[in-house]
Amino acid sequence: MYLTDPNPNILAKKMELVDKLLSFLPSDAVIYDPRETLAYECDALSAYRCPPMVAVLPRTTEEVANIVKLCWELDVPVVPRGSGTSLAGGALPTGDSLVLGVARMNETLEVDYSNRLMRVQTGRTNLSVTGEVESDGFFYAPDPSSQLACAISGNIAMNSGGAHCLKYGVTSNNLLGVKMVTMQGEILDLGGAQLDASGYDLLGVICGSEGQLGIVTEATLRILRKPEGALPVLIGYNDSEVAGQCVSDIIKAGVLPVAIEFMDRPCIRATDAFSQAGYPDCEALLIIEVEGSELEIEEQLAKIIVIANKHNPVELRRAKNTDEANRIWLGRKSAFGAMGQINDYMCLDGTIPVSKLPFVLKRISEMSKEFGLDVGNVFHAGDGNMHPLILYDANKPGDLEVCEAFGAEILKLCVEVGGCLTGEHGVGIEKRDLMHIQYSADDLEAQMSIKDVFDPKWLLNPTKVFPLDASVKRREGASQETAA
Amino acid sequence: MSIANLAPSSESEIAELVTSETERVHIAGGQSRLIATEKKIISTSALNGIVEYEPGALTMVAKAGTPLSLIKETLQKERQQLAFEPPEFQHILMLPGNSTIGGVFATNASGSRRIQVGAARDHLLGVRFVDGLGRIIKNGGRVMKNVTGYDLVKLLAGSWGTLGLITEVSFKVLPIAETQLTLKLNLCDARILTTAINTPYDISGTFYDAGLRSAYIRVEGFDESVKYRVQQLLAEFSDFEIDILNMEQSKKFWKNVNNLDFLKNITGDLWRISVKPTDGIKIIEILDPKVGFLDWCGGLVWIRIDEGCDVRGKIQKLAGHAMCLLGGFDQFHPSSVIEKKLSASIRNKFDPKMLFNQEILN
Ligand SMILES: Cc1cc2nc3c(=O)[nH]c(=O)nc-3n(C[C@H](O)[C@H](O)[C@@H](O)COP(=O)(O)OP(=O)(O)OC[C@H]3O[C@@H](n4cnc5c(N)ncnc54)[C@H](O)[C@@H]3O)c2cc1C
Ligand SMILES: Cc1cc2nc3c(=O)[nH]c(=O)nc-3n(C[C@H](O)[C@H](O)[C@H](O)COP(=O)(O)OP(=O)(O)OC[C@H]3O[C@@H](n4cnc5c(N)ncnc54)[C@H](O)[C@@H]3O)c2cc1C
Repeated sequence: MYLTDPNPNILAKKMELVDKLLSFLPSDAVIYDPRETLAYECDALSAYRCPPMVAVLPRTTEEVANIVKLCWELDVPVVPRGSGTSLAGGALPTGDSLVLGVARMNETLEVDYSNRLMRVQTGRTNLSVTGEVESDGFFYAPDPSSQLACAISGNIAMNSGGAHCLKYGVTSNNLLGVKMVTMQGEILDLGGAQLDASGYDLLGVICGSEGQLGIVTEATLRILRKPEGALPVLIGYNDSEVAGQCVSDIIKAGVLPVAIEFMDRPCIRATDAFSQAGYPDCEALLIIEVEGSELEIEEQLAKIIVIANKHNPVELRRAKNTDEANRIWLGRKSAFGAMGQINDYMCLDGTIPVSKLPFVLKRISEMSKEFGLDVGNVFHAGDGNMHPLILYDANKPGDLEVCEAFGAEILKLCVEVGGCLTGEHGVGIEKRDLMHIQYSADDLEAQMSIKDVFDPKWLLNPTKVFPLDASVKRREGASQETAA
Repeated sequence: MSIANLAPSSESEIAELVTSETERVHIAGGQSRLIATEKKIISTSALNGIVEYEPGALTMVAKAGTPLSLIKETLQKERQQLAFEPPEFQHILMLPGNSTIGGVFATNASGSRRIQVGAARDHLLGVRFVDGLGRIIKNGGRVMKNVTGYDLVKLLAGSWGTLGLITEVSFKVLPIAETQLTLKLNLCDARILTTAINTPYDISGTFYDAGLRSAYIRVEGFDESVKYRVQQLLAEFSDFEIDILNMEQSKKFWKNVNNLDFLKNITGDLWRISVKPTDGIKIIEILDPKVGFLDWCGGLVWIRIDEGCDVRGKIQKLAGHAMCLLGGFDQFHPSSVIEKKLSASIRNKFDPKMLFNQEILN
């Protein structure tokens, strides 16, 4: 992948920028020593690295506004950062950028059970938000697997999902409001405790905009009362098509589980060897979880089991208590780690219409042979979001490139069958040049015109999301101004 | 005689129209209401039909002019539904038309189940539209999870036809619950609504009649589960006198709520106010309307009030906004200065000639 070169005119302003930042920020909040900026050189797409020119760690929205204003005046690109767990390179700096990290902005500002909401600074980790209200029986629904580390800011920027979004939706369905700073330093409140926007749904546009429209400093989040309980059932099939049919039949029967996870044989074997979860060695494994009181769980699982049995499973194991539930989840939850034990891996994130699952799995396994790289599939089967994990060897020259080419082919396939490039990880740098596959020039122009409105100089995370050739005029417009 | 004088049947036809058009036009869905007074109308009536429906994937794609009634019937056959319960206000507004699916999403029209499943915008997965420059634009798709690029789907939901003409929508559908029951709590406080929603019993509707001081709480799902939850709620609210509406009564009640039937036959201006749920009852106390009802746990206030009463002026200190559906006030609530500026710039990007629905949200 091509990484853009730093602009020498901006690099030349480094010490001017640092001095001005130090005039209103404490010295430990401004990082400019090249040994220390290394800490910000990548996110979880760690094959790509580039330390920023400067990193700053503000504590308040006002500090953020002052930092951004300064960058606007000096034409310095700004890369917002939460916890750096993006798998798409969304938080990857350019060499001439300032990384604005919100990690120190982690206060809870308000908990309001009557209105089912909570207001936090966005540097809070996802899990700590639920942690704050859990003892009172509440939770924040979006639960990305990275929830121990990832920040609400990153969740909002990527519109992150989680295992339970089949029932509860993704971040944008659980976000009521934000406080944000535009690239010109204006502080803006969008949404809030009321449910409707009075004009355009700008909040909906900010969510998922990958740090390109503003720095989000505070968030109002929907919190929900926890259900009484939840239990999964594990079902194994010797044919992925049959497993897909089973999922479709369950949904058609009117049962709406909170999660339906799917793993294919390579993934089942790897996770079982790694976690000793005791999974059956079969072609397709489903983990289906339902919620409610004991009686309600019983009622739903009974319906699911009747349907599952019609398709002749090789194994059907229902959890009767939390211990058994944890055992069923154990393998799935360690899937990424298990694949990582075997080799380096690249995690894809395309979505497909669920009816296309058998065809897509078949094509992936054919392509795996063509490219000579192994792949395992984990899949949020209820909503069509696939996570093919392609194994490669980072130390073997050329392997990463083959892996990327393979990945691109899989994503093209997802779009061809009516799906999309990314279901929850975002575009970042990773998929920006594939955007042409899904969107026409006019589609991309429409999206970029929104960025023109919020960030006319294209200083916020400018090299992400859009194909470099599509955004070049706008980005160069900005840097020519710098040269002038 | 048909009011519509233009009824294009394809995107390219619309694009051509828009490119050559210099006069302002109003986009008409089912014409359940013509808000603007522009002379020219582009109707979506010829953009009609369900393009794709996959019950096992809980998704449907339809052309924007497809009647809402057809969508509902088609879903019903598979025991599925638009879970956000799009309201239909034709009766109360005494209009002849029928809602279209495009109009529903263009107005983000969402009913009582919003507190459980979200609004129309939360169910909209993809849009195709023709903007004021005649560009044919798509965003989102037909799959349930999609974060590829900016979410213009949310921008178009509730844009009231001011950014472009939506030609096709794809959306999420959900199963119809096997059964439903509604608890009616007599002589209670509006706070009951928030108490109810904060139980673990998955409430799917809350409604409060401020005049009679009665609250309605809906529970939906499988048979055994509904019975269980109703028992739990009866225990929770044992201090109150409670009636139970059976499935038929319950369905009828919530339909009336969604169509605003309880506000018919009462004179006065009709307002819809969206606020923080716990502020809902305060609004009614401040305004003292002829009738007042709360939906969405208190977050949605419906009132009929003496004609000419400036509701917005009186509730300024509470965050939210008020829409005037019948009365002499501008329908839309002005937004904050900076939001207005951003919104105007966005509109200018999509419709620089202000061809579409010029008077709306302006
Ligand atoms: C907050 C709120 C306020 C409402 N106020 C009213 C009201 O005052 N009167 C009323 O009758 N109903 C009102 N409704 C209900 C709403 O109009 C109907 O629920 C909806 O079904 C309209 O469908 P329609 O096809 O009849 O649209 P129409 O009544 O024809 O149009 C409604 C609006 O949507 C636009 N529109 C319709 N189709 C498209 C399209 N394909 N592309 C772009 N824009 C389109 C129109 O230009 C118009 O601005 C309201 C709903 C909500 C949520
Ligand atoms: C093991 C693992 C499992 C994962 N599982 C999931 C999963 O199940 N579901 C899922 O959706 N994702 C998952 N992810 C991806 C990742 O965790 C999410 O994208 C997460 O939301 C990123 O949050 P972050 O705080 O780490 O953001 P970062 O990586 O720091 O940044 C992500 C993006 O957000 C922008 N951003 C950060 N802060 C701000 C701000 N204050 N204002 C504006 N923009 C900002 C950045 O510029 C960047 O574009 C996983 C990642 C890993 C490593």
